[in-house]
Amino acid sequence: MVALYQVMAIYHFGRRGVCLYGGGYVEQERKTKNWKLKMLEQVVFYIFGAVLVTSAGMVVTVRNPVHAALFLVLAFFCSAAIWLLLQAEFLAIVLVLVYVGAVMVLFLFVVMMLNINLAPLREGFAGFLPVGLFVAALMLTAMGLIVSSDHVLPGLPPAAAQPPIDAANTELLGKTLFTEYLYPFEIAGAILLVAIIAAISLTMRKPAAQRTPKPEKQVVVKRDTRVRLVNMESASPPEKGDSGGLSQRSQGGKQGDNSD
Amino acid sequence: MFEYLFDAIRDGILAPVVAMVAPAGYESYTLYTLETLVKILAILIPLLLSVLYLTYAERRIIGLIQCRIGPNRVGFFGRRVWGLGQPIADAVKLLFKEIIIPTGANKRLFIIAPLLSVAPSLAAWAVVPFDDTLVLADINAGLLYILALTSLAVYGVIIAGWASNSKYAFLGAMRSAAQIVAYEIAMGFALVCVLIAAGSLNLGEIISSQSGSILHWFWLPLLPIFLVYFISGVAETNRAPFDVAEGESEIVAGFHVEYGGMAFSIFFMAEYANMILISVLTAVLFCGGWLSPFQGLPLIGAIPYISEPSILWLLIKTSVFLFLFLWFRATFPRYRYDQIMRLGWKVFLPITIVWIVVIAGMVVARVPPWFS
Amino acid sequence: MQKIKDYFQSLLLWELLKGLRLTGRYLFKRKITVQYPEEKTPQSYRFRGLHALRRYPNGEERCIACKLCEAVCPAVAITIESEERDDGTRRTTRYDIDLTKCIFCGFCEESCPVDSIVETRIYEYHGEKRGDLLMTKQKLLEVGDMAEDQIAEDRAREAMYR
Repeated sequence: MVALYQVMAIYHFGRRGVCLYGGGYVEQERKTKNWKLKMLEQVVFYIFGAVLVTSAGMVVTVRNPVHAALFLVLAFFCSAAIWLLLQAEFLAIVLVLVYVGAVMVLFLFVVMMLNINLAPLREGFAGFLPVGLFVAALMLTAMGLIVSSDHVLPGLPPAAAQPPIDAANTELLGKTLFTEYLYPFEIAGAILLVAIIAAISLTMRKPAAQRTPKPEKQVVVKRDTRVRLVNMESASPPEKGDSGGLSQRSQGGKQGDNSD
Repeated sequence: MFEYLFDAIRDGILAPVVAMVAPAGYESYTLYTLETLVKILAILIPLLLSVLYLTYAERRIIGLIQCRIGPNRVGFFGRRVWGLGQPIADAVKLLFKEIIIPTGANKRLFIIAPLLSVAPSLAAWAVVPFDDTLVLADINAGLLYILALTSLAVYGVIIAGWASNSKYAFLGAMRSAAQIVAYEIAMGFALVCVLIAAGSLNLGEIISSQSGSILHWFWLPLLPIFLVYFISGVAETNRAPFDVAEGESEIVAGFHVEYGGMAFSIFFMAEYANMILISVLTAVLFCGGWLSPFQGLPLIGAIPYISEPSILWLLIKTSVFLFLFLWFRATFPRYRYDQIMRLGWKVFLPITIVWIVVIAGMVVARVPPWFS
Repeated sequence: MQKIKDYFQSLLLWELLKGLRLTGRYLFKRKITVQYPEEKTPQSYRFRGLHALRRYPNGEERCIACKLCEAVCPAVAITIESEERDDGTRRTTRYDIDLTKCIFCGFCEESCPVDSIVETRIYEYHGEKRGDLLMTKQKLLEVGDMAEDQIAEDRAREAMYR
């Protein structure tokens, strides 16, 4: 289901790409008359879109979980590329950075470590079909509503008022986040913080008898805390009547112990 | 100087070819594409050459530190030129070795893995500014782009370890994945400090905001971050003393134990390209990139060439950091794995977070001479 | 107080810098590498290298096929077959040393009652095909003839320790 949702989400992003693009297309064409470049861009878009949809499909259908995770990485990549085409470079790079660079690495990590056998999990695969179809239909309707409405996305300025290509959209994003969307942003941050703390407190269950090395204590150890150098005479002076040999000295020691 | 060279190449060589070959109406795009290709080559070829000779420098310098001489036999045309032919001989040897795919290995992923590890480390060079104008893609989110691409390098390692169908390779991959993810975060926060200080994500602007003498660069207000960034860089490239991913005495060669020939050398290339990248970035972010350390200083600042910014300064700074990489390798024994994790999570991360606050305070207070 | 000092020392990477200083000094030390084919390290008179079978000055081979060396060889590298020669003496018909098995311990040399099998100071040899490193009696005698002067000199020098 999660994978299916991912497909839908990615498909959703893909569709939004199309409609956003379609919105700005006519305007820009009139302005620049650079229709050949636009066509090239469109070709690139459809290539990425096709790879995106295919790989998203592979995520749910492929048998090997590691392959599925890698296809998901590919899907993220393609959606990042599509965002780049839309000049949302910040979002694209952050998508790669967060999802591909961190989240999927941990995903892969877990999938590889656990060596999941998907065959038993797949047995009821078809049983989820009605639910999946229902969600798919729901999201398709939602997207259809968005696409067919006049506003491509609420809150976005119309295409003509879009900033020129070289304006830093990172800066704009930051400004919008910290002015208009300050509350949602902070609430999201607080929720994430709670989630982090919850995750840590749920997983930090230490058995009382567990003995683990503590590197923070080990690294501060100096020679002086472990070894004490003592000044001693190099050899005891030979006793009277002894020839001073090693064996005799040890015997002498034993005698001394006895006398104690 | 370089702009004139590129202009000459474009007008003299590419334009006539394009005029002959390109379909009508697409001339300017074809020309643009070809020009970009030439620029990419102009970055990649020197980069790969320096990778080649970095291996030589590494063997030589570590040899010297261990009271040895290092490779000094292979030269050119029957002459020994201090062994300068050695890396080329190595490359040829690796080129002609057979690539063996182990039984039970996942063939496609096994082949893809080295490519995945080398591609990001080469692609990251697109936004590195070598000079005022000398940058392939002058994008605004350059710093983020670099961060994103360096975080991708881990895929090559993980996939190689998994696809090899070998316990050692897998152990190496797991270690490296955990390590890279851990240090990625400290590195990201270090970069946040830099971007707060510079007020820009564009690498060129980061450098120009450091303009001034060596005292105006960011290494001084960001001293702990500078250290954290460079050490995280060493960890991120899996170099000694953080080379548990390869740890030849523990897990043979780690993730690339099953690789041979050209496939292995691509991993090797990626590692060294990453080293150079980290060095260049440290120079760019903390040491003023192409700026001269004597710019604006009383006496020495008056000497014409020494006080002027040029690409040579960037190269010198990069070489210093590269030398540090080699020096570290010759000096420090390998960290234990849990100590690496502790250093990343419990030392570097708090330092960077604290310093974000400090640097933000300094920027707000306009502390001279950096933020006035 | 000491703890605070230690804390700052570790924060300032003091010990790492000390280590770097040490290796940095070694960077400029005199290098001790021996450039092998041009320079060679001094060699002991007792060096145990390639084997040889010696002859008496009159040209008679020393070996009497007592097979002590074969018996003592810990690596079982020596194979000896013997027959009575026409003049009634016992001689080897086959004396093989497999150099790929040999561990160059020198026991054969020590066990030899007639100083026949010896190890010379030759160590620069190689084999290019299979069998090149299987020393036959013929080859061993040739080595002995070639290096006799050196062998005799080394034996004379070591005589007082035997």
